[in-house]
Amino acid sequence: MRAFADLLEALVHTPRRTRKLALLRAYFRATPDPDRGYALAALAGTLEMPSLTPSVIRGVAQARVDPRLFALSHDFVGDLAETVALIWPEPPAPPGPPPGLAETVERLRAAGRAARPALLDALFDRLDPSARFALIKLCAGGMRVGVSARLARTALAEEFGRPLARIEELWFALAPPYETLFAWLEGGAEPDADLSLAFRPMMLANPLEPERLATLVPAEHIAEIKWDGVRVQAAATAGGRRLYSRAGEDLGPAFPDLLDAMDWRGCVDGELLVAIDGAPRPFADLQARLGRKRVTAKMLAEAPAHIRAYDLLHDGVRDLRALPLEERRARLAAWIATNRPARMDLSPEIPFAAWDALAAIRDAQRAEGQEGLMVKRRDAPYAAGRPVGPWWKWKRDPLSADCVLMYAQRGHGRRSSYYSDFTFGAWEPDPDGPVGAERLAPVGKAYSGFTDEELVELDRWVRAHMTERFGPVRAVEQALVLEVAFDAVQLSRRHRSGVAMRFPRIKRIRWDKPATEAERVETLRALAAPAAAD
Amino acid sequence: MKATDLLELRPQGLWCPPAGAFIDPVRPVDRAIVTHGHGDHCRPGSHALLATPETVAIAAARYGRDAFATTQALAPGQPLRLGDATVTLVPAGHVLGSAQVVIEAGGARAVVSGDYKRAPDPTCAPFEPVPCDLFVTEATFGLPVFRHPPVENEIARLLASVAAQPERCHAIGAYALGKAQRLIAELRRAGWDRTIYLHGALVGLCTVYERQGVPLGPLETVRGQGAALKGEIVLAPPSALNDRWARRLPDPVICAASGWMRVRQRAKQRGVELPLVVSDHADWDELTATILETGAQTVWVTHGAEEALCLWCADRGLDARPLALAGRGEEEAM
Repeated sequence: MRAFADLLEALVHTPRRTRKLALLRAYFRATPDPDRGYALAALAGTLEMPSLTPSVIRGVAQARVDPRLFALSHDFVGDLAETVALIWPEPPAPPGPPPGLAETVERLRAAGRAARPALLDALFDRLDPSARFALIKLCAGGMRVGVSARLARTALAEEFGRPLARIEELWFALAPPYETLFAWLEGGAEPDADLSLAFRPMMLANPLEPERLATLVPAEHIAEIKWDGVRVQAAATAGGRRLYSRAGEDLGPAFPDLLDAMDWRGCVDGELLVAIDGAPRPFADLQARLGRKRVTAKMLAEAPAHIRAYDLLHDGVRDLRALPLEERRARLAAWIATNRPARMDLSPEIPFAAWDALAAIRDAQRAEGQEGLMVKRRDAPYAAGRPVGPWWKWKRDPLSADCVLMYAQRGHGRRSSYYSDFTFGAWEPDPDGPVGAERLAPVGKAYSGFTDEELVELDRWVRAHMTERFGPVRAVEQALVLEVAFDAVQLSRRHRSGVAMRFPRIKRIRWDKPATEAERVETLRALAAPAAAD
Repeated sequence: MKATDLLELRPQGLWCPPAGAFIDPVRPVDRAIVTHGHGDHCRPGSHALLATPETVAIAAARYGRDAFATTQALAPGQPLRLGDATVTLVPAGHVLGSAQVVIEAGGARAVVSGDYKRAPDPTCAPFEPVPCDLFVTEATFGLPVFRHPPVENEIARLLASVAAQPERCHAIGAYALGKAQRLIAELRRAGWDRTIYLHGALVGLCTVYERQGVPLGPLETVRGQGAALKGEIVLAPPSALNDRWARRLPDPVICAASGWMRVRQRAKQRGVELPLVVSDHADWDELTATILETGAQTVWVTHGAEEALCLWCADRGLDARPLALAGRGEEEAM
């Protein structure tokens, strides 16, 4: 438990990915089985633990600590788990050595509901504050230390010199504490696993730059629309049905309508959309369904899920990934014709003879609400990762708007001494002011797009023009215009302006432009896809 | 005379009628008795200053020799007749020169602790409990979530991080008076004999400490060393570390040494990568143990989480009340 708690403590304070990887690698190397496997599961979110409600945890603490002092402390600390971890009155001498992670996990799993408070009490006595915190977080779910499942697997791949793609393939056939996985990583035999339902690491595209385009031969490529949804992999075998995200996370629980429809055998790569009668809805409709643990009948009816298929990795009989794209697409079309899958259709090929003709189609995608086009080599096999050459994403040019800097906040890590997070706004009528008065409403926040030199200039400007502070946030004089590039505008009820930008970044600092000439909210609102109104 | 007649709260600060003096006044007064050199306790401008010799030296270094018209250094343990009272300064263990003010008059005794801690500190004399009727205690960390770990543990964590990341420099945010020197002394005790690099704002007080007989080993001001600071330890005021000053440091690991670092969210908010729980204030266990040790029946609680400590006292039959002193707790404020 000690080593695991130290790991979490270090991870939570480390913003940098390379440092997180180094910490994870050292831990997985030095920690024995089965502790490291449970730690891996806890970080990757695959550890099943009896869930302890806040009231159970609070009850255990209040049996030991004056409830009034507990309440005052909780007010100050904010987080219940941390309050309990810190306030626990440690016995002068612990009644036993600190339990290991595996022992802790296994005992908690074995304990019935009624026995859990007493067990927690006994475990708390044997742990120090950071280990108590780790224990509570194990049971309360969510480590929140900035480590994704993928980062944890990347650490394994780097530390033990095995391909990440293979680890990801095996992952879904394995279970905590992953002893067979670690045995293989350390030089043993590959785990014997049924991979028919496993996640197949996805093939990703690179952005297509104009200078690259000139070197590509149109006849060697196919084009299709880059749908504005969520990339998914849908797999169905006699053993079950799975819906994976691009990172290999299980999306199934949020999309029971899709799982129900997957009465076929195979593995399809495609775009998850909300579509009504085959017509895709704006991304915001899909966003409303993502991450939902419980899906209501109303949501299923109003926002039906759909897969627009563009690749077939397995047809129920054999793995197709080694075949050229052209061949896989032909089989996909035939497979759809044969199986007639519900809630699924084929992402059509866009015929074209020359790049400039295709460019016109790409530019028209804004009106269609899509992101642009995909360009793929006909002869390319399906390869995990992001190889340069076979797949390109050719996004339409971003939109841009001149906005006024309103707030700035310091960044993290390397940027902790710079004001590098910028909130900017556009003009709207001021309901509290005289007729015709205008005020700024925030429309987005950006952390990127500027050069290092521009960051220095922005930082200097912010420091010289601060007007107010709200905790770490600084309000600045409403005088600096930023040209902001963004992919789309969504209507949003969470923002006072009623709009939110997708992927905003600072394109240029408009030192020359007066703030009064910046964009108006209504202009931005007009850019939003009208159907996204709700 | 009742013990509570020995002290009363006035706008200028805590007034001691029989001695005719204020203790740690917040505004200039005729006669000030000062517990220690931190800016929220020792302010310039009073006519007469009474404090330990070390505090007098610290005040002179911070405010110049003319900040007080007259200064009187009173050695710890030496009783001094002041008006109708006897005043004695007794070590408080907070920073170099820190003292509790013991006031005796009419058969009653009150102790104003100033800021204090019970954990050992190689840079100052340890706290000595004084039996009394009225104890005025600080409560900066007056919640039971605050238990400071042994300082050796925190120094060991720092040195482990230095060893694990030799390509980076470790920059520790530490208050200029007390915390910085204590960290340096503890690093020396742990065997770190390399040069320790300082922000300019820390140099003056380190010199005062050395002149007062606290050896700190090789120190140097951060100038244009840049990459040469890789693998080294740098100390700076906390405010300098998330400001432009820090840009001269090679890929620094931002550390902070404070009792508040015990709360994870506090450390996260400040962008601290290595929080070190090192405090010069008493933690909850030290506060409660000290109150019992003094045997005081009346306890006044100043700056910090007064409510919890007053509840705790009331449960033990002690007469406790919060004392609202303005402007306190700056040196460990966030």
